[in-house]
Amino acid sequence: MKPTYEQLSHFAQTGGLILFVIAFILVLAYALSPANRQEFEEARRIPLEDEDDNNG
Amino acid sequence: MLEKGTAGGAPGGKASGPAPGADDGYDGPILGVFLAIASLLALIVAARTSDPKMQVHAFVFLAAFLIGGFALGVRHYGGLVSDKSSYMFGVVKAGVIASMFWGLAGFLVGLVIALQLAFPHFMYLPDALWENFGRLRPLHTSAVIFAFGGNVLIATSFYVVQRTTRARLWGGVAPWFVFWGYNLFIVIAATGYLMGITESREYAEPEWYADLWLTIVWVVYLAVFLGTLLKRKEPHIYVANWFYLAFIVTIAMLHIVNNLSMPVSLTESKSYSLFSGVQDALVQWWYGHNAVGFFLTAGFLAIMYYFIPKRAERPVYSYRLSIVHFWSLIFIYIWAGPHHLHYTALPEWAQTLGMTFSIMLWMPSWGGMINGLMTLSGAWDKLRTDPVLRMMVVSVAFYGMSTFEGPVMSVRAVNALSHYTDWTIGHVHSGALGWVGYISFGALYCLVPWLWKKKRLYSNALVEWHFWISTIGIVLYITSMWVSGIMQGLMWRAYDQFGFLQYSFVETVAAMHPYYIIRALGGGLFFIGATIMAYNLWRTARGDVSAREQAPAGGLAAAPAE
Repeated sequence: MKPTYEQLSHFAQTGGLILFVIAFILVLAYALSPANRQEFEEARRIPLEDEDDNNG
Repeated sequence: MLEKGTAGGAPGGKASGPAPGADDGYDGPILGVFLAIASLLALIVAARTSDPKMQVHAFVFLAAFLIGGFALGVRHYGGLVSDKSSYMFGVVKAGVIASMFWGLAGFLVGLVIALQLAFPHFMYLPDALWENFGRLRPLHTSAVIFAFGGNVLIATSFYVVQRTTRARLWGGVAPWFVFWGYNLFIVIAATGYLMGITESREYAEPEWYADLWLTIVWVVYLAVFLGTLLKRKEPHIYVANWFYLAFIVTIAMLHIVNNLSMPVSLTESKSYSLFSGVQDALVQWWYGHNAVGFFLTAGFLAIMYYFIPKRAERPVYSYRLSIVHFWSLIFIYIWAGPHHLHYTALPEWAQTLGMTFSIMLWMPSWGGMINGLMTLSGAWDKLRTDPVLRMMVVSVAFYGMSTFEGPVMSVRAVNALSHYTDWTIGHVHSGALGWVGYISFGALYCLVPWLWKKKRLYSNALVEWHFWISTIGIVLYITSMWVSGIMQGLMWRAYDQFGFLQYSFVETVAAMHPYYIIRALGGGLFFIGATIMAYNLWRTARGDVSAREQAPAGGLAAAPAE
C-alpha cells in the first residue's frame, strides 16, 4: 500500500522526535560515562603531545 | 591501550613519527591510467561539442590532465619519490599558498561587486558581459567559500589528521590529486561563471560536468582522510578529526543530491535539475544551509579544536563538551534548511521544523563557543602578546554572535522583516569575515612558520595591523548592512493612511546608497588587511624577521609564542 502524505509527515515528525531524543541520551551517556573519563583526559592532550614539534 | 604503549614507547625517538607507509605503490600507475582515459574523454568532448564555452572547458580539462600526467612521469622517472617515513607536508604547503591566493582574489572580487552596488557604472561595460554583477557575484561567493575556505580546509585537515594520528597521509599521490583536482574544479567553476555557464543554484552554480569532477575529487579526499585515520598510531581519534570527517562526508552527500540533473547532451554544458517546484527549492536550501553548517561551520570548528589549543598551549576546555557539541551540532544542523523558505509553498509544518531546529542550534553553537573561549582560561594574558591567538579568539566570538543572530532571523516573524534584505548579507558576512575568515587567518599564521620551519613570523606588528584594519572593516560592513537591511524591510512594509505602499521600490534603493558606500569601505579595509597578511607570510616563508622585532628590548617586548 502506498503511504499517504499524512502518514509520512506524521512519521517524520513523531518518529524523528523519538529517535533524536534517544540519540541525544546515548551521546550524553557516552560523553559523561565515568568509564570514558580516562580516555577523554588523554585525548584532550593529543595536540599538545607532539614530540618532534616545529611549533616555533 | 597496548597500541598506544608501543607507539609512544620509545621516549624522544620515533614517538610521534608517522607509521611507515605500506599502503601505496599502485597509486602512481592508477592515476596515470585515469589521467589517460580522462584526457581522451576531454579530447572527444572538445572535438564533438557545438558549444564554444564547453569547448573552452574541455581544453582546460585536457591541458590539466596532460600536465598532471607529465608531472606524474617526471616524479616516477626522475626518482622524486618522497620519504615515506615522514609526514606529508608538501601538499599542506601548496594548500596554504593556494588559500592565500584565492583569498586575495575572492576578497578583491567582493570589493568590486560592493563598488558596483554603490556605483552602478563602476566596471559596467554593456558589451563585455563577463564583468556584470550577475556573473561576478557567484565568482565572489565561490571564490571565498570554496576556493579560499576549501583550500584552507583541505590544507588544515591534511595537517591536523597527520599530527593527531601520528600517521603519514594515506594514498601515495592521492593527496596531491585531491589538491590539484580541487583547484581545477575551482578554475572550471570560476571561468564558467565569467562565460555565463550556470545552473543558477545558489552556492552550487557549476554545471553538471564540473559537479561530476568534484565528486571524483571529493571521494578521493574522503578515502585519503579515512585511510589515514585507519592507519593511525594514536588509539583515540581526536575531536578535530570528527569535525573534518563530518564535513567531508556531509558535503559529499549534499553535493551529489543537490546536483542530480540531466545534461541536454554529453557534449553540451547545459543541464536541468531532477527536481522541480517546491521540491527543488527545498533540496536547494537543504544543500545551501548545510553548506553553511558543514562547510563553513563543522570544518572550521575542526580548525578551532586543533589550532586554538595548540597556539594557547592549553588542552581544550572540556573534551566531554566537545563530544556533545559535535553530535548535537551535526544532528540538528541538517534540518535547519527550511528556514530559508518561510511563507512559501513549502508545507507550514516543514517551515516550523526548520525554524525550531535553527533555534535549537543555538545550544550546540554556544557550547562550542564556550569550549573554544574557555580553552584560554589561565592563559588569557596571551591575548595581549599574541595577535594570532587574539585573531582566533575574536573569530570564536564572531561565531557566537552570528550563531545567535541566525536563530533569531529564522523565526518566522523576524524573517518576515529580514528576508530578501541586506540584513541577511550582514549576517552572512559577520560569520564569513569574522568567524571563517579570522579562524582561517589564525591557522595560516600558525602554519607558515611551522611548515617552512621558521622560528617565528616575519612581523607580529604587521599581524596587529592586519587584525585592527580588518576588524574595523568587518564592523563597518556588518553595521551598515544591519541598518540598511532593517530600513529596507521597514520601508517595504510601510503603508500610508489609505492603505497604499508608502514607498516605491526605487526609493528604498536610493535610501540604501550611503550604507552601500560604507559597506564597500569595510570590504576595502578587509582586503587591505589580507594583503598585509600575504606580505607577512611571504616574508616569513623566506625566513626574514622584521628588523624592529629582531632584538626584543626589555621584558615588555612582544615575545613570539615559542
